[in-house]
Amino acid sequence: MATRTKNVSVEDLQNIVGEGHAREAGAGDAVDGVPPSFVVEPGSTEEIAGLMKLANDRDLAVAPRGGGTTMSLGNPPRALDLILGTTRMNAVVEHVPGDQVVRVQSGIRFGDLQERLAGSDQMLGVDPPEAGEGATVGGIVAANSSGPRRYRYGTVRDLIIGITVVLADGTVAKAGGKVVKNVAGYDLSKLFTGSLGTLGVIAECNFRLHPRPETARTVAVELPDTASAGAASQAILHAQIVPSAVELVWDGETRLLTILIEGIPSGVEAQAEAASHILGGFGEVRELADDEAMPSGPPGAGDDAVAVKISAPPAELTGVLDSTLGASSRLGVTPRITGHAGTGVTYVGLSGGEEEARAGVVEELREIWLRRGGSVVVRQASPAFKERVEAWGPIGTRLDLTRRVKDKFDPRGILNPGRFVGGI
Amino acid sequence: MQRDLLIRGMQDILGPEGVISEREQLRSYECDGLMNYRVIPELVVLPETAEQVQSVVKLCYDEGIPFVARGSGTGLSGGALPVESGVLIVLSRLRRILEVDIPNQRVVVEPGVINIWVSQEVAEEGYYYAPDPASQIVSSIGGNLAENSGGVHCLKYGFTTNHVMGAEIVLPDGTMVNVGGGKAADAPGYELLGAFVGSEGTLGIATKITLRIVRKPEAVRTLLAAFKDTEEAGGAVSGIIGGGIVPAAIEMMDSLCIEAVETAVHPGFPRAGAILIVELDGPAAEVEYQFQHTIKVCEENDASEVRIAEDDEERALFWKGRKAAFAAMGRIANDYYVQDSVVPRTELGAVLKRISELGAEYGMRVANVFHAGDGNLHPLVLYDNDVEGEAEKAEALAGDIVFTCLEHGGSLTGEHGIGEDKKKYMPKMFTTEDLDTMQLLRCAFDPHQICNPGKIFPTPRLCGERPGPFRMHPVQQAGLAENF
Repeated sequence: MATRTKNVSVEDLQNIVGEGHAREAGAGDAVDGVPPSFVVEPGSTEEIAGLMKLANDRDLAVAPRGGGTTMSLGNPPRALDLILGTTRMNAVVEHVPGDQVVRVQSGIRFGDLQERLAGSDQMLGVDPPEAGEGATVGGIVAANSSGPRRYRYGTVRDLIIGITVVLADGTVAKAGGKVVKNVAGYDLSKLFTGSLGTLGVIAECNFRLHPRPETARTVAVELPDTASAGAASQAILHAQIVPSAVELVWDGETRLLTILIEGIPSGVEAQAEAASHILGGFGEVRELADDEAMPSGPPGAGDDAVAVKISAPPAELTGVLDSTLGASSRLGVTPRITGHAGTGVTYVGLSGGEEEARAGVVEELREIWLRRGGSVVVRQASPAFKERVEAWGPIGTRLDLTRRVKDKFDPRGILNPGRFVGGI
Repeated sequence: MQRDLLIRGMQDILGPEGVISEREQLRSYECDGLMNYRVIPELVVLPETAEQVQSVVKLCYDEGIPFVARGSGTGLSGGALPVESGVLIVLSRLRRILEVDIPNQRVVVEPGVINIWVSQEVAEEGYYYAPDPASQIVSSIGGNLAENSGGVHCLKYGFTTNHVMGAEIVLPDGTMVNVGGGKAADAPGYELLGAFVGSEGTLGIATKITLRIVRKPEAVRTLLAAFKDTEEAGGAVSGIIGGGIVPAAIEMMDSLCIEAVETAVHPGFPRAGAILIVELDGPAAEVEYQFQHTIKVCEENDASEVRIAEDDEERALFWKGRKAAFAAMGRIANDYYVQDSVVPRTELGAVLKRISELGAEYGMRVANVFHAGDGNLHPLVLYDNDVEGEAEKAEALAGDIVFTCLEHGGSLTGEHGIGEDKKKYMPKMFTTEDLDTMQLLRCAFDPHQICNPGKIFPTPRLCGERPGPFRMHPVQQAGLAENF
């Protein structure tokens, strides 16, 4: 990569996107400490295509960026020349409420889209924590971000129904469409979901929408121990209630399993009672007020030096808690744990202790949960930490196929080189 | 490779019982549920284990022999149509349910397991497998995965792709990979599972599949409403969904379809221009409230009759009538040609009107039975194969219906797949760039294009990476593809 020819000027970029939309990069544009040369902000799919063609011809490493909320996900880039910012592409291209689908440009802020959809009593059923920090729709798709309501609505891959992408060589291609039920052609929308900008730049996305629930209630149980966390979660999962979220918080003295029920008033009422009844078998139950409900997203950068995401079978919740608490306590690290208990996703923030100790906790958890069919991904950490612990962990038998997919879509390796799984 | 050597090679892997090579026996496999296309394969093999599938594929790969996977053979787009001088790999002997994991709400199956077996296996625990294609009593999970099968209840619960959580796949070069989280929620890396589901057998063969099972709902309510015509019924559909309800199913049948069904299975449907079957499920209090709202919307849209299923028996009768629709066409016509286009729900009225005009222009009858909630039409063009030229005319009319749907922002297929049948229409929906980009994925999975070649894409691209001295690819030799 050291041989990259940096024969590109800000004027070359301005010729494509206009004078005001390409600039020299500043300190705040670095990705994991790697500084880019330029930041360029295309205003259309055609402009993205022009930029990619230029980048491909001149061997420039490109990092697509939406709201910039999740730039620390993945390994530090192996090379970085251009940040391709999408936030000028912020239009709702089409929204027909009666069809419950929406087509947007990828740079629209997720919050703006939800606000717009709320006017039709509709919503896009994903609720990632970075939504409130200015994340764009394209960024959420590329990072496959999810939140508590994935329990009910699934994740981006379940809601995305069409996509327009610009490949590394500037080719503009679409897949899917604007109808929910559609099996024509390969489902590239799903392939691009979570691909972290390594296969192409997402220009537009189409989604299935859901009606906004009229009302909501949240009931929570105080958990006496880790065993009751697993047992209470299981009891809710196998009941005939349909919560929107089943969440866990295990942070210092706060140890709660919370159940979010949404829908029409009579239904919410009945289900909240049923949930309270079930939870009552495990500890003290109380109803949470709106501002207290769904207390926090994943433990973030704030105090936490390192944040990881553990995916494990949902019935292993107690095991996830025990292994995390055990390793942390032995190595002198303070864990904060939140999670989507119903779906088997747990976020752990690690603070305190030496970096080596925090790395030790992550490695120990990774060893355990890989063996038991899960994964441990480092969501947030300093570049130095990522030198010790690779961000994604091994992906087993599919590494070779993964590389072949990358090579076909981006043969010159200009899109986010080094950041994704297996160093691709 | 010589035929007898190939047979011997396959027999070494599968034993003599696992290889079919007699022409008369091969003939039983010449088509799937779409009978307009027939090809007799070179060989049919019947592996019993994933390892045998892997060995068979490896042999095909080493010898450059194309292969096609087949489940129960119920597909409606020719996805399992054999290729000439190729091997047909029939998965129906891989039919074990390997694991039932209620705590994690997962069932692990082999690909030949029949769809309905999964629900039967977990029924006592209060669970079921949600995707319910009309073929569910015979179609296999492997076939469902390949086609991303839908069903009447996918409006609320999603399609096969939303319920397959992991798969062990034999790639076209014989390597075995695991994709998807399986029992865990997410797996780092590309969403290879999402790309694989619905790829119509062109990216490899799934040999072990992890399915999500769903808790049975507390309450189910079903009604049948009769309307003057499909337009009024369509108004009710919009009203129900516009009211913020996501029903488990909304199905519509027009008068011609009702007539056929009445003649065939006597469900006692009202004589009407159109009927809707609407099913709601979920927590009891919510279902009850929404059911009353649904009845009100039907009445506001001038329903001439609203029948409520009072028990499971009556509900089963409604569904019996609906599910018999395709088969019942035999009572009113010798032959029919079915399409599977999808339109945005708000375009339903305009599209149905145009279909009726097209029928009149062609002088042919078109019966409509469809998944109204998702705008997935199944127009049945009725014709008589014994009358010269009618079959061609029916196909032309069906094609015009497809184009109408595309003009209204729809899709070529909602659940039957592209396969052999609709690949000629793909350029109407996608640009050359779109199709070439999809084939990049194909080239990553199957660089030698030996896995179900010739399906989905009207112009197959070769991937240009066959090692060693240049050899003309068989598909290329036959003039079916150009180099990529």
